[in-house]
Amino acid sequence: MSVLTLSKAINEGLRKAMEDDPKVLIMGEDVGKLGGVFRVTDGLQKDFGEDRVIDTPLAESGIVGTAIGLALRGYRPICEIQFDGFVFPAADQIITQLAKMPLRSLGAIKLPVVVRIPCGGGIGAVEHHSESPEAYFTHTGGLRVVACSNPADAYSMIQQAVRCDDPVIFFEPKRRYWEKADVDTSSTDWWTPFDEATVVRQGTDVTLLAYGPMVKTCLEAATAAQEEGRSLEVIDLRSLNPLDFPKVMESARKTGRVVVVHEAPVYNGFGAELAARITESCFYHLESPVLRVGGFSTPYPPSKLEEHYLPDLDRVLEAVDRTFTF
Amino acid sequence: MTVDASRGADAPPELVQLLTPEGERVEHPDYDIDLTPEEVRSLYRDLVLVRRVDLEAVALQRQGELGIWASLLGQEAAQIGSGRALTDADMAFPTYREHGVAWCRDVDPVKLLGLFRGVNHGGWDPAEHNFHLYTIVIGSQTLHAVGYAMGIQRDGANAATIAYFGDGATSQGDVNESFIWASVFNAPIVFFCQNNQWAISEPLEKQSRIPLYRRASGFGFPGIRVDGNDVFACLAVTRQALKNAREGQGPTLIEAFTYRMGAHTTTDDPTRYRVASELEAWKLKDPIERVKAFLVRNELADQAFLDSVEAEAEDLGADLRRRCLEMPDPEPLEIFDHVYTGPHALVAEERAQYAAYLEGFER
Ligand SMILES: Cc1ncc(C[n+]2csc(CCOP(=O)(O)OP(=O)(O)O)c2C)c(N)n1
Repeated sequence: MSVLTLSKAINEGLRKAMEDDPKVLIMGEDVGKLGGVFRVTDGLQKDFGEDRVIDTPLAESGIVGTAIGLALRGYRPICEIQFDGFVFPAADQIITQLAKMPLRSLGAIKLPVVVRIPCGGGIGAVEHHSESPEAYFTHTGGLRVVACSNPADAYSMIQQAVRCDDPVIFFEPKRRYWEKADVDTSSTDWWTPFDEATVVRQGTDVTLLAYGPMVKTCLEAATAAQEEGRSLEVIDLRSLNPLDFPKVMESARKTGRVVVVHEAPVYNGFGAELAARITESCFYHLESPVLRVGGFSTPYPPSKLEEHYLPDLDRVLEAVDRTFTF
Repeated sequence: MTVDASRGADAPPELVQLLTPEGERVEHPDYDIDLTPEEVRSLYRDLVLVRRVDLEAVALQRQGELGIWASLLGQEAAQIGSGRALTDADMAFPTYREHGVAWCRDVDPVKLLGLFRGVNHGGWDPAEHNFHLYTIVIGSQTLHAVGYAMGIQRDGANAATIAYFGDGATSQGDVNESFIWASVFNAPIVFFCQNNQWAISEPLEKQSRIPLYRRASGFGFPGIRVDGNDVFACLAVTRQALKNAREGQGPTLIEAFTYRMGAHTTTDDPTRYRVASELEAWKLKDPIERVKAFLVRNELADQAFLDSVEAEAEDLGADLRRRCLEMPDPEPLEIFDHVYTGPHALVAEERAQYAAYLEGFER
């Protein structure tokens, strides 16, 4: 058992994946000597060499496009996109090629490519450094989309993503990179399959659905609500595509009230899918409509305003209160 | 294949230089420039003042007044030289580091801070200064610059555009596409690449195995490498390239061979990837020192002039600091401003909801 930050946990997970399989490569901007701008790949080039931890030219389409080619040749590339807002130059390769080539080949081709994306806001950055682009990718069939929220999950999920034969978009909540927790790096016994959701806090009154950076916020909200005598259940979805809907449904039926929380804009966001599904499947169990808390339908604001844009404890609790007014 | 991507402090042979690091004036057969003493003094003043703006901004960041800052330290000559080559009608498309060009376009330096302080995403009206907004996504602006140039061409205007970008940016698809567009449409544009040798931690060798200016020939237009720490040469070469563009001769790629003396941004730690001796070697080629040496050597400026510029720089720094601290934080509901040009049902709805939510706290 060791205490690791989330970034270190991913680093250890990557290291393990590279030790276990010589075909695993890391590629991206500044991933070598610098260890990435968040130091997630720190020390890996030193230990695995420049052939396996590759500082690429500054071109995201090139990073993902060549990763596809390497995967066609039997490698398992892990691409680092430096910030969420810079995945868009690679969007063409991800959406038109990475997602669809396996199907195009009637299953003959496997593309075990992982695209790691530090996502979300809350670090006081300038434009394009705080976005939550998950909906673009969950909307694209052929991609697995997962989001880790804590060090232990990050450690296990990154390794599962690398071992997975499908392309995986792997979201890392950048504002949680420095948060620490116990991680058992000695065994795989405790690993939850990376496409399953987990109930991270049991409750009976309202279900909070979250992933990535908002899991912690929801846990804090649940603690605060407890003091006011309300019991909130918190589910960390972990995988957005595929979605572990049975677990969501079970909780929704139990509590009858659901609030979805994410940083991305509410309008047409991932929460819309959850709300629609829950309504379809649990209509008669619901005490109130599924509510969503998230960003506004505006560009991500300048950092002096991000505390208003990002859901916080108060906004989550306000939505929880509202579920009791119907 | 010739492999020549040297980035040492020794100037490669094909570099246009008009002023040596020691401040000696040298001739070049294709690029010469006749500057009056007053003009040289003015360039010197520009260089000193933009360095001061930059230093003050770095200090402000260190004191928590800015979230981040991308320093131009070492790149003053490339920016002032090219910036002063522009006419009012020309249009510049910068990245996030072109504080010196902004200076030449009369953008109030305090307006550069807004983006870095996190109070807005831009801060100035591009049309007022013919200086576009800073672009953070690497390379995107080069295509906008070509399109703008195509507009100039259609309008028959006597103007050109200049697109700024770094050495790393030359790897982006957008930049390569912009080269193709510019070439095919013979657009009146100058591509001004500041090769400061590094893209965050990645040295030039990670982007190119040939000198960057040679890329241009493959796209069908001229490329030229200039000593980016020589303000005279940057001015002369850019002026000529802009003239060619205005006269219908199409694009030019200028590679200003220079050096990023500071960190990539204030969040970067160059000691992880860069040896100190490299910086020491480049310090000997400081863009400001050589103009100063030229002025003194030729008795074009006395101590009183140098002191007056120094004093002006001090005042500018203090003024920038004061006005940065006075910069108000935006109001929460400004999040909903300027998203669309007119009323928009969804934004209006969210704005009203959030206003009501905020009022709930006040009650
Ligand atoms: C599309 C995109 N990818 C990644 C980044 C992150 N990033 C910001 S600056 C930079 C390096 C840029 O190097 P260069 O083009 O040489 O310009 P310089 O900053 O050295 O002036 C990187 C990778 C970005 N801004 N945009």
